[in-house]
Amino acid sequence: MKENYMSVANTEQDVLSTSQAGYEFEVEDEAKLEMASQWQLMWWKFRHHKLAMISAFIIMMFYFVAIFADFFAPNSSGFYIAEYVHAPPQSLHLFQDGRFDPFVYGYSFERDPVSFKKVFEVDRETIIPVGFLVRGEPYALFGIIETDIRLFGPKTPGAPFYLLGGDEIGHDLFSRIIFASRISLSIGLVGVGLSTTIGIILGGISGLLGGTVDNIIQRLIEIINSVPDLPILIAIAAMVPIDWPIVRVYFIITLIISLRAWTGMARVVRSKFLALREEDFVMAARLDGVPRRRLILRHMLPSFYSHIIASLTLAIPGMILAETALSFLGLGLREPAVSWGVLLMEAQSVTVIANHPWLLLPALAVIVVVLAFNFFGDGLRDAADPY
Amino acid sequence: MLKYIAKRSVYMLFTVWIISILSFIIIQLPPGDYVTRLIGQLSAQTGGNMSAEYAEQLRLQYGLDQPMIVQYFKWIEGVVTQGDFGYSFLYQRDAGEIIMERLPLTMAISLGSVLFIWVVALPVGVYSAVNKYTLGDHIATFFGFIGLAIPNFLLALVLMYLSYKYGGRALIGLFSPEYQDAPWSVAKLLDFLKHLWIPVVIIGTAGTAGLIRTMRANLLDELNKPYVDTARAKGLTERRLLWKYPVRYALNPFISTIGWILPGLVAGEVIVSIVLNLPTSGPVLFNSLLNQDMFVASGFILVLSVLTVIGTFLSDLALAWLDPRIRLD
Repeated sequence: MKENYMSVANTEQDVLSTSQAGYEFEVEDEAKLEMASQWQLMWWKFRHHKLAMISAFIIMMFYFVAIFADFFAPNSSGFYIAEYVHAPPQSLHLFQDGRFDPFVYGYSFERDPVSFKKVFEVDRETIIPVGFLVRGEPYALFGIIETDIRLFGPKTPGAPFYLLGGDEIGHDLFSRIIFASRISLSIGLVGVGLSTTIGIILGGISGLLGGTVDNIIQRLIEIINSVPDLPILIAIAAMVPIDWPIVRVYFIITLIISLRAWTGMARVVRSKFLALREEDFVMAARLDGVPRRRLILRHMLPSFYSHIIASLTLAIPGMILAETALSFLGLGLREPAVSWGVLLMEAQSVTVIANHPWLLLPALAVIVVVLAFNFFGDGLRDAADPY
Repeated sequence: MLKYIAKRSVYMLFTVWIISILSFIIIQLPPGDYVTRLIGQLSAQTGGNMSAEYAEQLRLQYGLDQPMIVQYFKWIEGVVTQGDFGYSFLYQRDAGEIIMERLPLTMAISLGSVLFIWVVALPVGVYSAVNKYTLGDHIATFFGFIGLAIPNFLLALVLMYLSYKYGGRALIGLFSPEYQDAPWSVAKLLDFLKHLWIPVVIIGTAGTAGLIRTMRANLLDELNKPYVDTARAKGLTERRLLWKYPVRYALNPFISTIGWILPGLVAGEVIVSIVLNLPTSGPVLFNSLLNQDMFVASGFILVLSVLTVIGTFLSDLALAWLDPRIRLD
């Protein structure tokens, strides 16, 4: 009986949608459109959003590189050569004597007679050949597969190779940015997971029960939203003891960041529940005696999964930025853990930036990822309601 | 309307009360207190161990030996009845004085940012909506997203670098050196305004970008409505047609978004002024949080939050007054 009812409702909706959606999907023929599932329709619609598609690809690339960071980075994140403190970026030359043979020039340095500062210069005499799939420092991929093959790097292990320059210890910034992406990118996902869970539970309770509970939760959201968040974040982050292990700091920081981010999700979920409560299919399920738990999980939630996914995607950049800001202030993660914010911490004063502007490069990674997530989320949101 | 104002006022008071508790407790959360830190520092300096008696004496003097709830009520009583925010351990001064010294500049920057957001977002949003999918719209959208994506402290860093590289001088601070300690005068005010735009632009970008998007979306909705066609059919000029009705409807977010823009502006102000080293509340608040200078930190968070809540309250009232369609219950 219920099945029957649902299918009738679906065909009705589909008939309606063909006329509207005809503009959107010019290629697809009507029969195919009528048979398509919700997710299929969403995919078709999403596919037309060029920028979102490109962004999705960029995001996947970033995560892919982050997962296989050991392979993609020429050096490990802890590798440094003390001689090359604040070495300027080397430019990669692809051709040598007319054929493909990538190399970088080495450095020569002298002391500035006045300031005793080390001045780097490109040494055109020394050529450091660069190759693909070279042997570098040994590492264990996923902690299991032991190897020393890296995607690219200097052919002689240990030669100075600073594509994006060196930092104040002599780390290779390029490799560090790649390793930092692990924390910066995962903190967004974990944080969104946490805040979504809180948001769905509280928003769901708020929307389903209504009345006093709803009122209390709404006031709570209002209060959280009306407080300038950064001072509170700083205050909470300042209480994390310095001697805590990295993993614990990581989770505490994620928790702090998600504490303020769940309100947006709770609002979305609440308004959806409020709207759905009045829908016929919910009424039908209720009259059929479906228990409340099943009603929520089986009938109500799936009808706005797509919206949840869209707002979840749009929440990730905020998380990444929050972690970056906290670490930049020295309150988030600390060395030896590297995130983009930790790397940016070095670029705090004018003099440092003026002398070593490449230290700002991790910011570029932040901006690209945040932009990509915004476009991707935008596309998802547009596609979320294909009917 | 009166009933609505009364109801909102009660909510506001309640919110402020909760915030006051939160802002007091959060500062107390870290293990130890200012005295622990002070004793640690003194011991490190003198090489010897400061006696536990001395610590107890200090705690007694500052009232830190009492339970947190007693401390809270003492503090909030002072704040509400006498405007007494307590004593700054770190600066050895009255906490209220420090807050009041820094607050006007913070407010000037935040209000300046709101103005900046409005002045930029209105024309750009309207242009974007009217010339949908043209080159201008795409450029506006692009910059809008860039503005959203670049955290303002990064923007501050980049501007600082560019101004140093191409202007020869880093744009930090709010006053030129010669006016730093000078009393307020017309010349100092002009100098201040000359420096003010930098933090205002930096802090305002994200909000501007967001508001342009909202403005564009709202105006596009309005432009598709039949009354626009009717007006056009009746022969109204395009300019009048646009500004007289649809833009006025679409203006709502300008008022309503203040509620969520303001906290962001204040938070942005904190971190940007740390980077740019502005004499506003940011750096002092940051220091007091790090040093557990609890009365300054709690006082700042309380005052900033209360101002934000009041701003939101006023924007809600303005919205209810401007748009008769909004139901007041």
